[in-house]
Amino acid sequence: MIAGGGLVHDGVRAVNIGLAGFADPIRAAGAPVVALDWRPPAAGDRELGLLLAWLEDDPGDRVGGAIAAANGRAVERILAAQPALVDVRLATEAIDGLAGRMLLHSGPPIDWDAMCGPVQGAAIGACLFEGWAETPAEARKLLDAGKIAFEPCHDHGAVGPMAGVVSPSMPVAVVENGAAGNRSFATLNEGLGKVLRFGAYEDAVLERLRWFVSTLGPALSTVLRAGGPIDLKAITAQALQMGDEGHNRNVAATALFTRTIAPTVATSLTSAVQAEVFTFLRGNDHFFLNLSMAACKAGLDAAAGIDGSTVVTAMSRNGVDFGIRLSGTGSTWFTAPVGVPDGLYFPGYGPEDANPDLGDSAITETFGIGGFAMAAAPAIVRFVGGTPADAIGFTRLMERITLARNSAYGLPSLGFSGTPTGIDARRVVETGVAPVINTGIAHRQAGVGQIGAGIARAPLACFELAVRAVARGYGIGVAA
Amino acid sequence: MKSVVGGSIHRNAYRDSVELMGIAAQLEQLEGVQRAGLIMATPANLAVLAEAGLAEAAPPGAGPNDLVVAVAATDRAAADAALARATALLAAGSGDPEGSRPTRSAETLGEAVGELPDANLALISTPGTYASAEAVRALKHGLNVFLFSDNVPLEDEIQLKALADEKGLLVMGPDCGTAIVGGIPLGFANAVRRGPIGLVGASGTGLQQVTSLVHRFGSGISHAIGTGGRDLDERVGGTTMLAAIRQLLADPATAVLVLISKPPSSSVATRILESVRSSPKPVVVNFLGGDPAAVIDAGAYPASTFEAAARLAVMLATGEASRSDASDGSIGAVEPEMADLAAQVAARLAPSQTAIRGLYSGGSLAGEAKIVLGAILGHDRHDRILDLGDDEFTVGRPHPMIDPRLRNEHIVGVAAEADVAVLLLDVVLGYGSHPDPAEALAPAIADAMALAIASGRHLLVVASVCGTDQDPQDLQRQERILAQTGVMLETSNARAAMLAASIAAAAAPTARPARLVGAAE
Repeated sequence: MIAGGGLVHDGVRAVNIGLAGFADPIRAAGAPVVALDWRPPAAGDRELGLLLAWLEDDPGDRVGGAIAAANGRAVERILAAQPALVDVRLATEAIDGLAGRMLLHSGPPIDWDAMCGPVQGAAIGACLFEGWAETPAEARKLLDAGKIAFEPCHDHGAVGPMAGVVSPSMPVAVVENGAAGNRSFATLNEGLGKVLRFGAYEDAVLERLRWFVSTLGPALSTVLRAGGPIDLKAITAQALQMGDEGHNRNVAATALFTRTIAPTVATSLTSAVQAEVFTFLRGNDHFFLNLSMAACKAGLDAAAGIDGSTVVTAMSRNGVDFGIRLSGTGSTWFTAPVGVPDGLYFPGYGPEDANPDLGDSAITETFGIGGFAMAAAPAIVRFVGGTPADAIGFTRLMERITLARNSAYGLPSLGFSGTPTGIDARRVVETGVAPVINTGIAHRQAGVGQIGAGIARAPLACFELAVRAVARGYGIGVAA
Repeated sequence: MKSVVGGSIHRNAYRDSVELMGIAAQLEQLEGVQRAGLIMATPANLAVLAEAGLAEAAPPGAGPNDLVVAVAATDRAAADAALARATALLAAGSGDPEGSRPTRSAETLGEAVGELPDANLALISTPGTYASAEAVRALKHGLNVFLFSDNVPLEDEIQLKALADEKGLLVMGPDCGTAIVGGIPLGFANAVRRGPIGLVGASGTGLQQVTSLVHRFGSGISHAIGTGGRDLDERVGGTTMLAAIRQLLADPATAVLVLISKPPSSSVATRILESVRSSPKPVVVNFLGGDPAAVIDAGAYPASTFEAAARLAVMLATGEASRSDASDGSIGAVEPEMADLAAQVAARLAPSQTAIRGLYSGGSLAGEAKIVLGAILGHDRHDRILDLGDDEFTVGRPHPMIDPRLRNEHIVGVAAEADVAVLLLDVVLGYGSHPDPAEALAPAIADAMALAIASGRHLLVVASVCGTDQDPQDLQRQERILAQTGVMLETSNARAAMLAASIAAAAAPTARPARLVGAAE
């Protein structure tokens, strides 16, 4: 704070940036000093560092005041989110603008020709599932001819793990954010093995999708109508205290979800359907993942569109590019090439088989869980040879690039302090600390499936582009 | 006993029961609280609340995902206080974040301010390339800036100072070597007594010289604010000096002001002198080599050297001088004792030895020496005063105030120059400077003297030590070592330069003679 009479009236309470020796005489003279473990900000890019400095929070300044206020609002909306699962319906009924021969996919926009193997495989599978083609070859012909439209899930309030392909006839979970009233959507999780989201399109895959349409979707819809909406925030909060992190470990949340619906399942479904539903849920530790993603999407969409905010509202990958969106920059994607995650592989596979990182599931990290809540799920760091201390370290590290802690999501190993929430693109660029993302690893060829799991870091280049765009929006110009 | 039940509900806020019981236990410690319960409102938990006589705390419609806080207290105020405390504890998390927090030092200014929320000053000594960004950040966080870094572009300085001015903050620098704020030394500062004299200076070693001499003369320093060498440039406009003057004029600890700079551009000089024109506090102005008339016209006291500025300030502070006293507007009034000494030692010189060679570590001290020599000897001579701290010498090498090797090479080199009569040196003490500079210089000085003698000459070495008895290097010890090496010591740089000039004048009687006190005019 600025004292009325200026520095000479105020005494010295100093921050030392640079030569360490300058702190000593100050300390010896009895004044408090914090010594910075300084390193060049923005990885030594002088212009970018200067631009970030001009974007720094400052209530007394046009730019800094506007950003601080915009970010405050964005974070408030994220923390206020009250996502509940309200229905399961066909995508074409639930999702605005998904009609005709259109497929949604994960990540930033991408053309068919440029798509990676798993996404192409999933698109072929979706064409077969929809009956637009009889054979994979026919499907490929349609796709090559540009007869199928593609749009990102994110543009439709939807999120999909891995390939993230959503076709009109797939049932989707409908999640409503009780705080803001907006809705989000996600497909139902298929489990592991041969699944569409990894690009598999053999008969068993299509059979499962048809069973979703005929049985699982309607069953869940019935249960929700009979039993009422299911509070996803409460399930996530409990699961974070049971070893889940809401992205790559969902076993507790899936169990909690199953327990939550069980009484209504028992009273509203036939015993044959009950058995099918419970058998499927028992065999799918990741069923809650898609619900977790939709819950996060609902909270983050409510925080989107706040002019001038540098809060990240989406991080996603299409298997070729990594893209992010900021609250203050509308629907613009800031993209950079995406790499292969660091992780462990199933027997017989290695990094050479891996597809670059893929899927909308990084929406969980964007919301402050997943990799950001690694301290809740020490088991996850073992994918990269880590220890429980490393898990806590990841969460601590993410505190450096976030603006708040979500006290609804307390982490036991951190004294129940909340998950680091509200990624500030400025902080990411300033510190060079890339958001950590827990992820599955897909085979680069369509249909082989998951071959491992691990940890990825978001490319810093996306955040640099985003920060420059925000700066331009404020009329602060530095050549990109 | 009277009992009031209070309740609050936190909808859709799941907490673990152990955490909730912990918070309940804390609430029960509060004055006037009889019972407290925090539950997730499942039917089973609501039954527990009812059994505890707290049923009315749970509003109708509370469900399993809602957190209910229930308290029974002796009165309404105690109940409300407990509910408020519960909200705070829920927001904070119940655990002990300190215990689980590994110590990690701050890496960004924002993180540092998080650790020291009332920080008000950033010392920045990063490479100049990055310094502007840190300074902007500091100002935006409401911190004053001591900007030691050099190589900061002029446009950045202008922008930084405009921002600081808007916010009522000071940017000391860039390239600001020293400051003392309320007794706290910043950068290369000397350890001085606190006292009534406040300084603002565009020159680092100028500030060090004046603060040290004020201390030596028995008085002390309230604050010494550095501005950086370009502050009084037309384009910067003296922003920092003007702001610092305002602060010192308002500062009850400051009775006398001293302003130090090279002569500013006339418009900036006018603005600065205007700002002190009606000052109720005496203001001593040392615009090194500048015209004293404008200073006198503004009602301030001109001082032609750092020593004169220090002496005048101390006299004004103690009431020994007043506005009616004639100001010291001229240099070169050499005392008879000094002239005698000069004549005596000049007799030892060989006929070829007429020139003065200054090898300086302090830029402003070198500047002062040039002015003193010019005033006494005129300018038509072969004297050379080098500022070895200048960029031209320090590229890729440490500053001579920190590392004496560069200067030692030059000292030994001077012994081979047949025309040099006097080697003139400064030795700057204080925080940041070499821990024992005299000891580090002495061998080179001895070598140079011996080499000169071997060539049939006698090299005279004149020096002053800028520092105090409280400096880490200890002024007395430094002076003793130099004296034992054969150096002729003076108490200030101006006096050392005067002695050197007097020797040169005595050695070359055809040159303009040194003026004697009383015969000056």
